[in-house]
Amino acid sequence: MAAQSTPHPEVNYSTRVDEISGRARTLNSVRAVIVILIALIMLIPVAWMTLTAFKSRPDAVAVPPKVLFEPTLEGFLSLLTDRRQLTAEQIAEYSQRTDLNWADQIALSRGQVITGASNYPQRLANSLIIAGISTIFSVALGLLSAYSFSRFNIPGAGDLLFFILSTRMLPPVVVTIPVFLMYRAIGIYDTHLGMIILYTVFNLSFSVWLLKGFLDEIPREYEEAAMVDGYTRLQAFIKIVLPQSLTGIAATTVFCLIFAWNEYAFALMLTADRARTAPPSIPSVLGTGGIEWAAIAAGSLGFLIPVVIVTFALRKYLLRGVTFGAIRQ
Amino acid sequence: MATIQLQQVEKKFGNVHAVQPMDLTIQDGEFVVLLGPSGCGKTTTLRMISGLEAVSSGQILLNGRDVTWAHPSDRDIAFVFQFFALYPHLSVWQNIAFPLQAQGESGANVEKRVAEVAALLRIEHLLRLRPGALSGGDQQRIALARALVRHPAAFLMDEPLGALDAELRETMRAEIKRLHIDQHATTVYVTHDQIEAMAMGDRIVVMSNAVVQQVGTPAEVYHKPNNLFVARFIGSPGMNLLSGHYTDGIVQLLGSGRYPVPESWDRALKARLGQHGTVIVGFRPEAARIGASGALAATVYATDMHGGYTMLHLSMEGEGGEIIHARANRREHFKIGETVRFDLHPDMVRFFDAETEVALEEVR
Repeated sequence: MAAQSTPHPEVNYSTRVDEISGRARTLNSVRAVIVILIALIMLIPVAWMTLTAFKSRPDAVAVPPKVLFEPTLEGFLSLLTDRRQLTAEQIAEYSQRTDLNWADQIALSRGQVITGASNYPQRLANSLIIAGISTIFSVALGLLSAYSFSRFNIPGAGDLLFFILSTRMLPPVVVTIPVFLMYRAIGIYDTHLGMIILYTVFNLSFSVWLLKGFLDEIPREYEEAAMVDGYTRLQAFIKIVLPQSLTGIAATTVFCLIFAWNEYAFALMLTADRARTAPPSIPSVLGTGGIEWAAIAAGSLGFLIPVVIVTFALRKYLLRGVTFGAIRQ
Repeated sequence: MATIQLQQVEKKFGNVHAVQPMDLTIQDGEFVVLLGPSGCGKTTTLRMISGLEAVSSGQILLNGRDVTWAHPSDRDIAFVFQFFALYPHLSVWQNIAFPLQAQGESGANVEKRVAEVAALLRIEHLLRLRPGALSGGDQQRIALARALVRHPAAFLMDEPLGALDAELRETMRAEIKRLHIDQHATTVYVTHDQIEAMAMGDRIVVMSNAVVQQVGTPAEVYHKPNNLFVARFIGSPGMNLLSGHYTDGIVQLLGSGRYPVPESWDRALKARLGQHGTVIVGFRPEAARIGASGALAATVYATDMHGGYTMLHLSMEGEGGEIIHARANRREHFKIGETVRFDLHPDMVRFFDAETEVALEEVR
């Protein structure tokens, strides 16, 4: 052949696979910039809330809004304490005292004196107890029920699943009154137990459906293999199915927790004091003469932290969890 | 080791029979293959033996013990799945040790037994890996190791080679056969691949439409199929089947061919049909002996070179002449459209009742 005698044509393109072309690199940077921008936009409310928490009262409501201001702990102080308004003479008298700590001084600067701790920490504790326990229950019960739906031939399984889903179809506001009447009648109004039961039931429909999707994706052969290998079904479930459904369990846990943690309507109607959770109590932090925006922002900030911790702890399961499982019915 | 007996075992899903009542006795150390097209009930049968599927009626005996309603874990059997079913969250070592731990074996004993079986299957270097990192062949070796490690009474295998590529399948086929010989373990093996069944089974149970069609050695199902289904299903290509009309020692084939019936078969046909009647002649491709003096004639439709031999696709003479397959010497060459004459080896011809599709018995 003639082509063989001619010298090999020069290769003038890179064949190295570890070198990314300039075009691809620019594209990557553009993508990164867009993602960062979107993330920043998403974070604006959180950032604004954080700023507001450290503002003084005039700064919080200033028009135009202030981005630069002198930070103060006034908001946190009004969130965490109960205070009493002082008269002019009392202010003068208190100003003479030398045993005042920094918190007292902040209060004094607003013409107030601290009379005790507020109930915000207790509300937060209520939220933790109710959301935490109800999440554990709804995931545990949901897992067992989803496993049964996934593996056994249940007569009318489709109807039952639809029934479970239908508990989620009415908006909470519609059912709060009947639930309130029932709870009052059986004496679990404003109790932790009542709220735990309510959130567990409300989250169950969600957890059954979500977990069923995950369990359906685990081939039956794994348990069958374990059963012929000498294990009972329960042992096979614990040793084989459970470790493989961790992703789904983590995703379901986060979703259930976030719902129970954020729930407002039921909590407002069905709790008063003992079992009152954080969401309905934060906006009711009222100072004298107007809404304490700084205190509300500070309360919301504290409210945010537990969910952030849990989500962060389970983050490695979540990406897969959100993209898989939920797709299948 | 164990014998397995199925007595009138049947499986119904609603009103549909997945397995019609069947009887089968598998001897100690025997390698029995359940063979059939997909949906014939062979896997359901295997799963009933394992206990993963409940029987609708009938009894299953393992070594004489009635295990019909025993939990799978109480049957002392091992099951090898088509898609291996290795636990993905456990290492290879943990996978193999898993059945031993169910029995509460001591740690030292588990170590020893896993090491033994790993040496037997030559997988020592894989023990620390996760199954997901392994090739299909290695995964199947691990699955076999997990089945072997417990020294179960019987092995049940559900298309264990189905998920492997062709070359690996041959290798693994030999390995499983070799293991069976070394371990002398009662094995029930499900496959839809008749070549695999012929190669591996001591006996083959051919199933179709939830019914057992024939139970026999590979030679029996190949040479003496019970009925048309088995004749067609076994062999590649299957048995040639030509319908014709029998009159007085001659079968007038559908086209124009006339086939003189060998004497022993003539008696059988007379006994069944009287003087004349419709019959189906069956013969394997290698039963056709090509030669100028042959009684039958056909034209060459296509030829396949198979290396060791040539497979001829022949179109029988006359109206409605069917396509048949015949094996020819690889050195001979045939042109398309050429007329070929051939005879049938008298020992390798079979006759089937045209109505019941059941094979006739030779009368010697």
